[in-house]
Amino acid sequence: MHRREGLAKLTGRERYVDDLPLDDFLWGMTVRSPVPRGRVTAVRFGADVDWSAFVIVDHRDIPGPNEVILIERDQPVLAAGYVRHVHEPVVLLGHRSREGLRRAVRAVEVVVAPEPPVLDFRVPPRPDQIQYGRDNVLKRLKIEKGDVERALAQAPVVVSGTYETGAQEHVYLETQGMIAWLEDQVLVVKGSMQCPYYVLSALKHALARDESRVRVIQTPTGGGFGGKEEYPSDIALHAALLALKAGRPVKIVYDRGEDMAATTKRHPSWVRHRTGLTRDGRLLAQDLEVVLDGGAYVTLSPVVLSRGIIHAAGPYSCDNVRIAGRVMFTNAVPFGAFRGFGAPQTLFACERHMDVIARTLEIDPVELRRINLLRDGQTTATGQVIRDGTDRVAVLERALELSDYRAKRRAHAAFNETHAAQRRGIGLAAFYHGAGFTGGGEVHLNSRVRVAGLADGRVEVLTANIEMGQGTLTVFTQIAAERLGFAPQDVAIAEADTGRVPNSGPTVASRTTMVVGRLIERACDDLRSRLEVDAAVRGASLRAAIVRWHREHAAERLVGDAVYERPPGISWDDANYRGDAYGAFAWATYVAEVEVDLATYSTRVTGFVAVQEVGKVLNETLARGQVQGGVVQGIGWALMEECKFRDGAMINNQLTNYLIPTSDDVPPIHVAFLENPYPHGAQGAKGLGELPIDGPAPAVLNAVAAATGADPRAVPLTPERLMAIADFGLRSAE
Amino acid sequence: MTAISIAFTLNGSPVSVDVDSAERLLDTLRYRLGLTGTKEGCGEGECGACTVHLDGLPVDSCLVPTYQVRGRRVDTVESLDPPALEPFARGGATQCGACTPGVVMTAWWIRDHPELLGTHTLRELMAGNLCRCTGYDGIVDSIGAVLGERGSA
Ligand code: FES
Ligand code: FES
Repeated sequence: MHRREGLAKLTGRERYVDDLPLDDFLWGMTVRSPVPRGRVTAVRFGADVDWSAFVIVDHRDIPGPNEVILIERDQPVLAAGYVRHVHEPVVLLGHRSREGLRRAVRAVEVVVAPEPPVLDFRVPPRPDQIQYGRDNVLKRLKIEKGDVERALAQAPVVVSGTYETGAQEHVYLETQGMIAWLEDQVLVVKGSMQCPYYVLSALKHALARDESRVRVIQTPTGGGFGGKEEYPSDIALHAALLALKAGRPVKIVYDRGEDMAATTKRHPSWVRHRTGLTRDGRLLAQDLEVVLDGGAYVTLSPVVLSRGIIHAAGPYSCDNVRIAGRVMFTNAVPFGAFRGFGAPQTLFACERHMDVIARTLEIDPVELRRINLLRDGQTTATGQVIRDGTDRVAVLERALELSDYRAKRRAHAAFNETHAAQRRGIGLAAFYHGAGFTGGGEVHLNSRVRVAGLADGRVEVLTANIEMGQGTLTVFTQIAAERLGFAPQDVAIAEADTGRVPNSGPTVASRTTMVVGRLIERACDDLRSRLEVDAAVRGASLRAAIVRWHREHAAERLVGDAVYERPPGISWDDANYRGDAYGAFAWATYVAEVEVDLATYSTRVTGFVAVQEVGKVLNETLARGQVQGGVVQGIGWALMEECKFRDGAMINNQLTNYLIPTSDDVPPIHVAFLENPYPHGAQGAKGLGELPIDGPAPAVLNAVAAATGADPRAVPLTPERLMAIADFGLRSAE
Repeated sequence: MTAISIAFTLNGSPVSVDVDSAERLLDTLRYRLGLTGTKEGCGEGECGACTVHLDGLPVDSCLVPTYQVRGRRVDTVESLDPPALEPFARGGATQCGACTPGVVMTAWWIRDHPELLGTHTLRELMAGNLCRCTGYDGIVDSIGAVLGERGSA
């Protein structure tokens, strides 16, 4: 099936939040903190603006607790006398003219008595910098398996290394935006978001309104990648506060500069590996320390850390593993959800470290991975027994074969012998990604889905999961149509409107197809049982049964529903971080080819092969597009995407100086799937959306290392960074 | 800001509109004329989401002051024939859709000027349209398919 809303998008008919017609509304904008930390001593409104023409909101206008409720309650909706990061929202302004509003925002001065900020998460804080708990640690987590100290002491070889990754900006092409208005007594908030029920709960809490007086509706969302997981709650609250005070609709749409400066980014990381091995490369002990920069509020950092450490040891078998993780408070804009959610950072470290080990032991990096990759019956770091029947070595082999790895290595060696100004190399990364919420997360979510039989015989699928480009509308249509024997046009997908759809959980964590899709199948089955027909009744006869039911039950609703049930045999101990972290893992090996220019130190990716086992592939075009898009985001993070900060503020918050890959910066991405259906996912599918961002950075840097002999340990590997660590330029000039 | 009256040809029909003197063509199209197909991605000429044709050439409408289009011809994504866009739907050229109208407008320019491919690759010609979702293969392959169809027609 082709993308359901594809033609609407291609013709420009799809209406995003800023495209919706809206009458008699005000634009809203945000006045923000100019400094990273301090007490707000005054807010001065400039004399050359007629403030009576503006709606002005500050923390005193918040009807309920001044908290953006999420995991913790430490983040205020609007700063109340104290700021903890640059760009922290302090005052909101509403006005008819956007231009007038821009001038007004510049005319408000937030005066702050500065206090010493923490700006580097890697440096232990001084006493006067402590702002969270006793030590600025937002969250600590630990995984332990076997006896690491003993195994390290006895290991014939120990290889250590530290690895770092920088912040990454999402650059969804549609910036954040939200509209709010009152409809009778109901506050309606509509906008670009991944998680309507997160927004609903934030609004209920801070505005002290119950569910009957708030309604949240997602608009077609122009990209999210995690960036529209938690932040939309903030902007929804801002729009709502202005609308409530103004008594009129209010629209807030960030411009690119504000979006890049003030919203979340991928957590910067620092990871140390200490690995004990036999001389031929068998893993004996993995000792890891993982540190993330959380920024100024807790937001989602504890769960980002959780996913990060669970993936940190890689898809390998090792009897002795210790992973100590922590997220540090800093006076930075809070870091947040971004595709991969902690795993890209730790998998970069892991897979780059594997190549460092291979070089140290003088063994083949492919061989090192082959002998250590998990075999069925072996356990991950949390003790989860992997027994899914996937041949992980076959995934690796397929990637080598498709990339012509061996022949390329020989060809590159020959090329490098004869060329003074360029170096070519090939590198790989083997990795995995757990789908769905971690541990008991899916059980806590308690997701619910409904499939309604309509009077004309069609069905409507009701979920809170949203389309942001990844293909939810299409895949949900396919899943219901296949289950019922319907044509796609006989399946409607309800708008994600909390006034109508049940809470099927957030659109995150690669859970939509696998977990929610499976609930759709079960809700379809439930619909059949309400009709008292069996699974053999499909297509036209099922449609006829629905029509007949409605004739016999005038004015009643025919609804099948399903609530999440944990797949059998899964158990998780959250206190000790032991057990089945995920219902299923997707497995992959990616291979990158690069050419490095020795005059400019710039690296170009010249070939890329992405092989993965993601269960059953439900829609080849959509799945391939997810992988290609994720890989290119990963290449950007590996080589060029660098957030530059000064005094806690991003200073390159423009697409002019924060560069993402163009079509001319990347090669075609060759994608292949191995399919091993997962019995508890819709039609056998596992999660796919995040996996592709985990592999490119280590594969690309391993390729650069192979090409040049350099030993890069951090992304992005910009030309400046490569120049700083390279000595090959001099050698080649001899 | 002073209002000025501007007349031009939009998608084949004459229009006249009062705009602020410094107003961007992007805003005139979106907020005054209701043609919201043209998107803003960056507002500074980097992303190409706002691409329209001005006298047949692709331009970033966020960088064009509306007064400059007086008497000229502007074509937006709304002018395209939907069935002609089917190959893009099939080929995975759109995901979230925010870059898509701009991508399509650049693609149409290439389609109408196949001689460009004598001196540039498709990837070079599309480098002014940022897409964060597709990784570009879906876009480049779809344009290739459209050009192929035309070539064989
Ligand atoms: S909005 Fe015009 S180029 Fe980005
Ligand atoms: S389809 Fe989302 S930016 Fe291109």
